Amino acid sequence: MHRCFIAIFLFAATACGQRTDEASATADTAYQEILMAQLIDAKPGDVIEIPEGVYAFDRSISLTVDGVTIRGAGMDKSVLSFKGQIAGAEGLLVTASDFTIEDLAIEDTKGDALKIAGGENIVIRRVRTEWTGGPKTSNGAYGIYPVQTKNVLMEENLAIAAADAGLYIGQSQNVIVRNNRAEFNVAGIEIENTTDADVYGNIATNNTGGILVFNMPNLKTPGARTRVFNNEVFENNTKNFGHEGTPVASIPAGSGIVINSNDDVEIFDNDIRDHKTSNIIISSVYSAGYAGGATEADFDPYPEGIFIYENRFEGGGNNPDGLDLQALKIALVGPLGRLPDILWDGYVNPEISDAPPVICVQNGDAQVLNVDGPNGNKSPAIADIDAHDCVFDKLPEISLNGALAGQM
Amino acid sequence: MVRADGGELIVNDGVTPYDLATPLFSDYALKLRTVWLPDSETASYAERDAFDFPVGSVITKTFYYKRHEDGIEIGTAPQLSSKSVSLAAFRLIETRILVRREEGWVALPYIWNDEQSDAILKRTGDIKPLTLVRADGERDHFAYLVPNQNECAACHATNADTKEIQPIGLKARHLNKPSAYSPGFNQLDHWIASGLLRAPDAHNVAANAIWADTDAPLNDRARAYLDINCSHCHNPNGAADTSGLNLEPDAEGPALGLCKAPIAAGGGTGGRHFGIAPGSPDASILLFRMETTDPAAMMPELGRALAHEEGVRLIRDWISEMNGACN
Repeated sequence: MHRCFIAIFLFAATACGQRTDEASATADTAYQEILMAQLIDAKPGDVIEIPEGVYAFDRSISLTVDGVTIRGAGMDKSVLSFKGQIAGAEGLLVTASDFTIEDLAIEDTKGDALKIAGGENIVIRRVRTEWTGGPKTSNGAYGIYPVQTKNVLMEENLAIAAADAGLYIGQSQNVIVRNNRAEFNVAGIEIENTTDADVYGNIATNNTGGILVFNMPNLKTPGARTRVFNNEVFENNTKNFGHEGTPVASIPAGSGIVINSNDDVEIFDNDIRDHKTSNIIISSVYSAGYAGGATEADFDPYPEGIFIYENRFEGGGNNPDGLDLQALKIALVGPLGRLPDILWDGYVNPEISDAPPVICVQNGDAQVLNVDGPNGNKSPAIADIDAHDCVFDKLPEISLNGALAGQM
Repeated sequence: MVRADGGELIVNDGVTPYDLATPLFSDYALKLRTVWLPDSETASYAERDAFDFPVGSVITKTFYYKRHEDGIEIGTAPQLSSKSVSLAAFRLIETRILVRREEGWVALPYIWNDEQSDAILKRTGDIKPLTLVRADGERDHFAYLVPNQNECAACHATNADTKEIQPIGLKARHLNKPSAYSPGFNQLDHWIASGLLRAPDAHNVAANAIWADTDAPLNDRARAYLDINCSHCHNPNGAADTSGLNLEPDAEGPALGLCKAPIAAGGGTGGRHFGIAPGSPDASILLFRMETTDPAAMMPELGRALAHEEGVRLIRDWISEMNGACN
């Protein structure tokens, strides 16, 4: 059994809260009927304005028509409240292209707040998704959740207290996630099975993990080529409150940026500080809480081409989440020391001989701790500085195209 | 198609009632399904997909319950051959209509009024509070959801890429059963004989099991149940392909959920780690999502507020009998 080390400490972070049923809806849902009819009757080119006010919903609403804009009066002014929701797996579900949503809030949905499935040319701007009772396992999973989308801009949003990820983009291509704020979620920002994403100018704080770049098995497309730069990622030390069984439930509290089984990821020019487990974690699926699962044969479990440079690290690594990592810390650096800024599970593809290093680091005195996962964590060690002294070709900047070209 | 008249819901002349080997569960509602085609037109057979219907075709599904003095109860439907439903014994809730227009199928939800005289188009759907009185006297108060027009599409757009609305039950494998409308005939043969359906002579017709038929193999019954309840989204091009879980009859391995980690399931995991853990129904996310009535976690996402206890038992037995284990 050579997978237990990180697997054990990751599992230790699992939290499981009690479900609390909210009082059923007594609020007036008159506006629900109005907005639902507007969404059903929408024509391409329509702008649906949501006036200032707090509106109660007891069921999901959805849009299926291309070319529609939904616009509120501001993320603190136009509020769609799903506190009394009794039906539907999300607040707003959009299955349409050429869609823009901006300047409103979606609060307290039972499941995901805003889900956008399968469209192109999507703009999500100045939207707040929030569970107003703060971090709880009973909160919905995702705040802002585009999936299987192309050409997507997510900017200046605010995502609070999602029980999975605040801002999540999955199985998508050509994406910019910028100038958002994510706090008190399990995962602040998560890029999953997505190709060509730029993630910059964001603030991720008080989540369990700040910014995640993951590849999950058994999906149609793996992700690659994400740049995470110029973000402020700090103090993501909130106890993990994810649902047991979900991949993020295995994220240790105090994780800054986490790469799992993804390839060609650049992490540069970020301020990353004060994560009690580690400022950066690089791992394979073998170290995740879902490692025991069956995977389709074509899944690549190994992270590759991870390039870390010119970040500003501060603090962290002083109080890792989980007893095993605590013990490791004491053995390596003593009770008062801190673990290095970069934690790596050490898995490399055994079928590639002469493989380049998995991780290249050009980041001053930042060090890599290899926990030696493949050998049952027998010899965890801080890597020799030369081992990661290499470079990868830098990835090109993402530019949005089509109708979103020039969105700078 | 159907009309309320003289204390009965009556199927109009020229309209064919039909049923499915294994139907979708909808909060124990009984369902009267009908199909009507324009004069001298026929539908075309397809081996796997929904049949192709000519422009002008209309499909209806009326949802109704056996009345109880304190609400409704779990009942059995009257014989389809009678082509009518007694309104003294049964309460009509809604009739959903699919109309085949030039541009494709259009879904329209109609809600029956309290007088049970008319069904009114309500494109935004509704929530109807109902009380189900169980055989043991237990009362379940629940919110019956009439889907709005977009929610109709959420299930009937079985290909999330094209987003074309399609019938779900009108496939060979669901219709290939003894006819309840014309006893003594196979339902598909009856359709072909009566000129509703055109099929190649050598058509090779799959048949889904009748889920409640305990003489049929357990695996066939379970797969038929998952097919009709889940595969309109959980197919390789469906809305739920984001999860990587495929519940069509031929899916296998991790795609069928065997030892598969969840994707974006949130509270839908129920604290469990695998879609299906062979031999361990209580470690299987699939079963949790059938048992729960939490809107954020339950499956299907729409169309039920109650758990289908008999369906849950079927899937529990099926998973229990599987060999193997996850790591």
